[in-house]
Amino acid sequence: MAHINVPEGIPGIRSLVMFRPDTGKHLYDLAHVLLREPSPLTPAERELIAAYVSSGNNCRFCMSSHAAASRELFGEAGHVVDCVLADPGTAPVSQKMKALLNIANKVRKNGKEVTPADILEARNHGAEDRDIHDTVLIAAAFSMFNRYVDGLASLTPTDENIYAEMGKRMTTIGYVLPQPVK
Amino acid sequence: MAHINLPEGLPGIRGPMAFRPDAAKHLNDLAEVLLRSENSLTRGERELIATYVSHLNDCFFCQNAHGGLAQHYLQCDMQFIDSVKVNMNAAEISAKLKSLLAIAESVQKGGKEVTPRQVETAKLLGATDLEIHDTVLIAAAFCMFNRYVDGLATWAPRDREFYINRAKARAEAGYADYNPYN
Repeated sequence: MAHINVPEGIPGIRSLVMFRPDTGKHLYDLAHVLLREPSPLTPAERELIAAYVSSGNNCRFCMSSHAAASRELFGEAGHVVDCVLADPGTAPVSQKMKALLNIANKVRKNGKEVTPADILEARNHGAEDRDIHDTVLIAAAFSMFNRYVDGLASLTPTDENIYAEMGKRMTTIGYVLPQPVK
Repeated sequence: MAHINLPEGLPGIRGPMAFRPDAAKHLNDLAEVLLRSENSLTRGERELIATYVSHLNDCFFCQNAHGGLAQHYLQCDMQFIDSVKVNMNAAEISAKLKSLLAIAESVQKGGKEVTPRQVETAKLLGATDLEIHDTVLIAAAFCMFNRYVDGLATWAPRDREFYINRAKARAEAGYADYNPYN
């Protein structure tokens, strides 16, 4: 049961933004800008960074939902998501993406963990300022979302099919604030 | 030197905000609702939660920028702010605020660290669901802001008076429509 009186039966962050739409709308707008608006990183890659950070933070709801969204967006190459979540070192993704995932994981622990050598590694594989900026902000933002979702003990479904449906919704409808329950 | 090329001369989060204004807009809108809008927690109390979490994350810029604002709203001195950082349980603040800071401290470690007992204690001391929600989200949001600031290795003035001197003008201007160049 959640720590506060949020709408019953609604999973994860949806229940929290329905409880407090004034903050929820800015959280959803932020997610839309970070994960869907133009960036040198594809929406599939950005959802993958989000899922990877959420996995490191042990946030099942965010990890499973953003992994599902990333799988949808990668289409036939959707298995890369599961490979990255298992071990980014051996996953079939570019060296550039591996370097960015390493930066994201450092940010997840603490911003100060990111070293000039981490940045150089990413640049040597073609990452530019905007790739690095967006990676850092996505990792930072999911360090927020994960804490928000788990810090209030919101409902975390355990049925993977529910997340698959969420993934479809996140890639079609997108980050749109749910309507309040009457 | 910052990890990416940011507009020069802007300390802390102001550089990244000038680099990507479309994301900055939502970050500032979120800060405005969380820290300044009508709330049963005072602006001083909310800035103190932000300061405390930024201190735990060892983010110099955020803990001083928001510490300056807390000091301004609470009409206290820097020693008082520091006494909260050093040992909030011994600081001269209400038992209710201590219970909320304890929740914020758990959120900083990880959302799952918040216990039903901590929430129960806060409620017994008069905290409402909304106050608990906002405490968790402020703490989570500063785990984002701190990582954004430090993950890109932004610079920050070391003289703490710099932040105290800016606080009054920052308090009056607010966060919405924030101009990073001012």
